[in-house]
Amino acid sequence: MALQAAAFWILAAVAVVSAFSVVAARNPVRSVMWLICAFFTSAGLFVLIGAEFLAMLLVVVYVGAVAVLFLFVVMMLDVDFVELNQGFLQYMPFGALVSLILLTELVLVGSTFVFADPDAAGRAAFSAAGPTNAEAIGAVLYDQYIYYFQAAGIVLLIAMIGAIVLTLRHKPGVRRQDVGKQVARRPKDGVELIDVKPGSGI
Amino acid sequence: MGRLIAEHGPLLGVALSVAQIFAFVVVLLLSLAFLLLADRKIWAAVQMRKGPNVVGAFGLLQSFADFLKFVFKEIVVPAGADRTLFLLAPLLTFTLAFIGWAVVPVAPGWVIADLNVGILYLFAISSLGVYGIIIGGWASNSKYPFLGGLRSAAQMVSYEVSIGFVLITVLVLVGSLNLTDIVENQEGGLLNWHAFAPATIVVMFPMFVIFFISALAETNRPPFDLPEAESELVAGYQVEYSSTPYLLFMIGEYLNIVMMCALLTILFMGGWYAPHPALETVFIPPVFWFALKVCFFFFLFAMVKAIVPRYRYDQLMRLGWKIFLPTSLAAVMAVGAYVTYVGTG
Repeated sequence: MALQAAAFWILAAVAVVSAFSVVAARNPVRSVMWLICAFFTSAGLFVLIGAEFLAMLLVVVYVGAVAVLFLFVVMMLDVDFVELNQGFLQYMPFGALVSLILLTELVLVGSTFVFADPDAAGRAAFSAAGPTNAEAIGAVLYDQYIYYFQAAGIVLLIAMIGAIVLTLRHKPGVRRQDVGKQVARRPKDGVELIDVKPGSGI
Repeated sequence: MGRLIAEHGPLLGVALSVAQIFAFVVVLLLSLAFLLLADRKIWAAVQMRKGPNVVGAFGLLQSFADFLKFVFKEIVVPAGADRTLFLLAPLLTFTLAFIGWAVVPVAPGWVIADLNVGILYLFAISSLGVYGIIIGGWASNSKYPFLGGLRSAAQMVSYEVSIGFVLITVLVLVGSLNLTDIVENQEGGLLNWHAFAPATIVVMFPMFVIFFISALAETNRPPFDLPEAESELVAGYQVEYSSTPYLLFMIGEYLNIVMMCALLTILFMGGWYAPHPALETVFIPPVFWFALKVCFFFFLFAMVKAIVPRYRYDQLMRLGWKIFLPTSLAAVMAVGAYVTYVGTG
């Protein structure tokens, strides 16, 4: 238990520090690095409460895919810090308003949150004898809430198709490779053997 | 580790598991030294050369000589590079290559952490591998490494998708995310191995091939070594690296290759089980069969490197997204239907 508590405090401290560094870092690439660190320590916290499946999904989806795309975009950007800092005072009231709203929401949610008894049934559900994480989540997602889950999937699919349709451009004159055509091509389509007589040319 | 702590108390348990991990790492590194040599020897044999043959008998000590050479060279950090990230990148690659092995069962009970989500853990670790490359490419603050890093990131993310679907077919068939369970599901000879089981061979053998090819792309091995295509990008993301950081990159890369060989063994080739149950005698330990299969796959990796010419980048992307992804997606549905209506294989 002492080991777990130590692990929790270390992970939690690192998570908070790196989450702060995401907004404090001057270099956007470093900021993404801190974000990855925050994701990673949160995955560690999930492992500590016995939600190992969620922890792995967090790493696979957020660290392995989403953050890579962030990094991709941020590395391509040519960020000018002087220009970035110029409009700071002008936009500050608006930013402060947004963060105030977020803070109020968090406080509202936090004040109604009731801590469960740590030794009670909630924890027993994740005991070694019970269903594994994957089974428990699967039962909830695919049995209990199957329609909502499918609806969410369809919404995402439509968003994806929308993104593709918005960016798809058919440029005329671009030569594309057609593998079938290439494979079907035979020597007699492209090569012609000509018997040239001396002195006459083709 | 949890089991050891439970059996021997906190102090001794932790000490024992640290010793276990240390022993595993040493064995891995030593076998890697000889696998590296084998890679070069096979490559040389295909091209009718001798390969390294000066240091030690048959060049057996070549990898150790190379190791010393790399370690005693000067570390050059380019001016204008992001120093911290530049040195962090190879360390990251190196570390990630090792921690994946924690869940790999090499023989019954021979596994450092028998995680219930072992296969997801491995998938997560391998999806992190891209960071070493992309950070290294960016932090070098140089054109070619950056292009190499971007290429590599796009390539690895693309092939991860089809690897993920292939993993899903296996775990649906087994009904467990635990690697030990996956191996035990293939007990009883060649015809029970996932790649060859008669009931599912129509789907699973192609999945095995897809996994093998995707593993080549995921580890940036030829014919998919576009991130370091020397004819266009000098050496890709590794251009600015020298000495020990380069060594760390190289060890990490080769360890990832061996890891992919181990994964192929576990998922499709019956792990530590012999091709026929009669061969599982007391004289041949299960770890022998595991090592044999890993070496076989490593040989295949080396042969592919020696024989197949490099892909073009658009061909690589087409293969990943337009051929492997639909095929493996269809296979997931086929296996799911099989498990639902016929029963687990």
